[in-house]
Amino acid sequence: MSSVAHAAHSTRPIANTRSATGMATGKLAVWWVVASEVVIFGGLLASYVMHRLAHDAWSVQAAHTNTWIGAFNTMVLLTSSLSAVLAHQAAEHGDGRKASNLLWATIAGAATFLVVKAFEWTEEITHGFTITSSTFWSFYYTAAGLHATHVFAGAILMAFVAVSARKNLELHRVELIGIYWHFVDIVWIFLFPLLYIAK
Amino acid sequence: MWTPLLEHLVPEASTYARDLDRLVDLIFYLVGFWFVLSEAVFFWLLWRFRKREGHKAEYYDGSEWKIKRWVTYPHLIVLVFDVIIIVGAVRVWYEIKQYLPPAEQTVRVIAQQWAWTFVHPGADGQIDTADDIATVDELHLVVGTKYHYKLEARDVLHSFGVPAFRLKQDAIPGRVVTGWFEPTKTGTYDLQCVEICGIGHGLMSARIIVETKEQHAAWVAQHSTVAVASNSGARATGE
Amino acid sequence: MAEHVAPAHHEAHAHHEESWVRKYLFSTDHKIIAMQYMFTGMAMGLIGAYFAYVFRMQLAFPGISVPGFGLVSPAKYNALVTNHGSIMIFWVAMPVLLAAFGNYLIPLMIGCDDMVFPKINRLSYQIFLISALVLVASFFVPGGGFGGAWTSYPPLSAKGQYNLTPLGSTMWLVAVGLEFVAFLLGGINFITTAMNSRAPGMKLYDVPMVVWMIVVASILFMCSVGPLLAGAIMLFMDQNLGTAFFDPDRGGDPVLWQHLFWFFGHPEVYVVLLPTVGIVAEIITVFARKKLFAYRTVLYTVFGTGVLSFTVWAHHQFIAGVDPRMAHIFTVTTLLISIPIAEMMFIYIATLYGGSISFPTPMLWALSFIATFLIGGVTGIFLGASGADIYFHDSYFVLAHFHYTFFPITIIGFYAGFTYWFPKMFGKMMNETLGKIHFWGTAIPVNFIFIPLFITGAMGQHRRIYNYENFPDLANNPLFWQLSHIATIATVVMLAFQVVFFINLFVSLRSGKKAPKNPWLANTLEWTTESPPPHGNWAELPRVYRGPYEYSVPGRKQDYWPQNEPA
Repeated sequence: MSSVAHAAHSTRPIANTRSATGMATGKLAVWWVVASEVVIFGGLLASYVMHRLAHDAWSVQAAHTNTWIGAFNTMVLLTSSLSAVLAHQAAEHGDGRKASNLLWATIAGAATFLVVKAFEWTEEITHGFTITSSTFWSFYYTAAGLHATHVFAGAILMAFVAVSARKNLELHRVELIGIYWHFVDIVWIFLFPLLYIAK
Repeated sequence: MWTPLLEHLVPEASTYARDLDRLVDLIFYLVGFWFVLSEAVFFWLLWRFRKREGHKAEYYDGSEWKIKRWVTYPHLIVLVFDVIIIVGAVRVWYEIKQYLPPAEQTVRVIAQQWAWTFVHPGADGQIDTADDIATVDELHLVVGTKYHYKLEARDVLHSFGVPAFRLKQDAIPGRVVTGWFEPTKTGTYDLQCVEICGIGHGLMSARIIVETKEQHAAWVAQHSTVAVASNSGARATGE
Repeated sequence: MAEHVAPAHHEAHAHHEESWVRKYLFSTDHKIIAMQYMFTGMAMGLIGAYFAYVFRMQLAFPGISVPGFGLVSPAKYNALVTNHGSIMIFWVAMPVLLAAFGNYLIPLMIGCDDMVFPKINRLSYQIFLISALVLVASFFVPGGGFGGAWTSYPPLSAKGQYNLTPLGSTMWLVAVGLEFVAFLLGGINFITTAMNSRAPGMKLYDVPMVVWMIVVASILFMCSVGPLLAGAIMLFMDQNLGTAFFDPDRGGDPVLWQHLFWFFGHPEVYVVLLPTVGIVAEIITVFARKKLFAYRTVLYTVFGTGVLSFTVWAHHQFIAGVDPRMAHIFTVTTLLISIPIAEMMFIYIATLYGGSISFPTPMLWALSFIATFLIGGVTGIFLGASGADIYFHDSYFVLAHFHYTFFPITIIGFYAGFTYWFPKMFGKMMNETLGKIHFWGTAIPVNFIFIPLFITGAMGQHRRIYNYENFPDLANNPLFWQLSHIATIATVVMLAFQVVFFINLFVSLRSGKKAPKNPWLANTLEWTTESPPPHGNWAELPRVYRGPYEYSVPGRKQDYWPQNEPA
């Protein structure tokens, strides 16, 4: 475990440095965040699945999602998760510069994902598949949109971590943002088949 | 035969009302037993073990069977009581909500913001025919007849509630819900909307008029040929 | 197990010269944040109570101008009941029981100096405050406050043309969503701090029950609110973007909202119950001078209740048009959940056995919780039994049941905890005489409010109706009006007695007797530091040697044994 520099963080309470469970506090907290997010997305996706099973006609709408773009974005996210893992590895070895570079690569993956999605949605909207055109598309944009918001927010947080990591500060946070990133990735792994493959 | 508690407050005007009332009585006495016992023990303990000169409190860690059994045994008996109540509840539920006897008559009940429309069969005794009688806020029924009701909502959620029948059913826009009842007592009873449906929710009062065969036939005859002035265009179109 | 033994807490923070703004408005100290939640919750409680006064007056004396409000139109009535319910649950019970007591007690009772993420803690309060302001603002916009009940069922809640409060309904929804986010953030602090930052020597079974309860409540909240947050996003989009998630005319399903809402809504009642149950455990052990009987069993019943609470939700939807066969499953799970709760109550009662019970104000509140909540608990059986629920659904019987649970949970629980920890929080003792007058003036009248409503509910009185003069079977029954009048008069009497509490509060804060460290001779760690505790809580953080309930241990001279005293 990388050491925490107390002197630089005089406002960090002693409570934060204890670890009765053996797991570092920050990590424990991120797992709880992930747990609550799982339930949010779980509720949304469960609603989608129930609706989908009840409405056969949705497959007509679902045929219009672009599976190739979805697959490409899946690959982009998976690759970005790989760079996040490698960043964590570098951080474990104390190499802040390398960790930072790999985090920026992950952020680049996030940006690619979002840009591709912007083009994808523009295509779909100009072809008349808007959020109100049918309940399938309402779910599509809401689920993918909520996910994209988490990608965007995650990228911003990751940028802050990357900046600190470059100076070899707060290296333990590389793992934490990585856990969050893998969660964002896994949500997409569920979305992709539900929205793009189940036709 | 003792009078069920609810019957003291609201007449039992349907065939299944008595069964529901008996279930409520069962729950009342089983649960009341525990309630009275727990409160009595509770207050007795407060008095018995109030702080007194020269008396020190005792020390138990939860393993002492002589006390623990007072928790374990009641707890098991509560389980048994729960099972009894579950059986009673399932039976009444099945009778009212799952079982659907063949209909002798059918009525349509249409809820909207903020009135009830009812469609009765006309002289031909068939619903969804040309001589149907539509009324607003007044439902006419024949005593001793098994009715199906077909419940609809035009806009938001409403709910068809008749305390005297011990009946309630939510009306969902986009669906027709079918249920049943058989009135057993002539008279006039409240019909309520029991799901908040906007600012007029408190205005959605209607009356159910349970009449004899002869009275009903007279009412039908009177209405069949006369256009009902309060019919606000909510004709059933036979969905 | 990695542990850091705390060095003496160094005052490296240059906080001595903090401005008032920095110290109180933007503090990251858990005790200040707790007070912020506490007083915001109390202020919202006054608003919710005022609404109750207004609509109870309208109900007993329909059409007559209510003093201090005016005429109550149907639209205003719906807005009053909707916001009364929403405020009491989301802006009183949650902040006071979970956030205020949780923030105050957790670090102090587990022996550390603050929450693990003080800045996130502060952020959670700020978001909470914004949510409260958004809600209050919604009362003043064109159309007025949302009037679709705290349950907000679509299509009524989804379309302005139906609810006639388009702006108010969106603001209500945004306020609720923000409140959820605030509590998700807060929950992370509570859970992580309680799991990780315990004092050296404090094993899991040495943790005071109230801390366990608040942590389990936070976990329950975090695991249940997700689907509703998703549902709220969908409802917001239906309201404002023209989507049709809940619109049956365009392929949506209004019943989906009900499932999402109640999947959260049922665990939510345990989220607020558990902290109060914890507070009561702390108080009755201290004032009976007795160890909590069967600590581990209480814990297991709590875990059992928590898990089971996710399996009962559709008992709110028995007659909602769901498949009738579903009712059988949910009636079984609902009646079974009464078992762990009953066991918990029996264990609390057993804790009194063999005690040496004294009755200062906090103890009166804790005991009245048990006596009053029992009524709420047993009347739930009528509603959980599917067959009986057909009659009682959406009647005042339901209302009386949930007030007999929520009132003990929120109001009695608040007063119990507040009067008990007041000396520690403010360094002064509260006035016992005023406390007792306030207690009796609250605990007795509440029964005269809600027992009549059980009866009117059994008479068929249905909910959310601004004027029962429209319903002849009720309106022509003198008993109905007599009971309604009793309930209203008791409401006014009970509300009037709350003035005594505020007098006590101000008098005690100004000139109450100075409180020692441990006025109640209790065992838990918060009583080992100053009253009130300094920033950082202790100069030297404590070490723990035993559980929290070692009272009247045989062979010891003192009848209590603080957790931090070496053996």
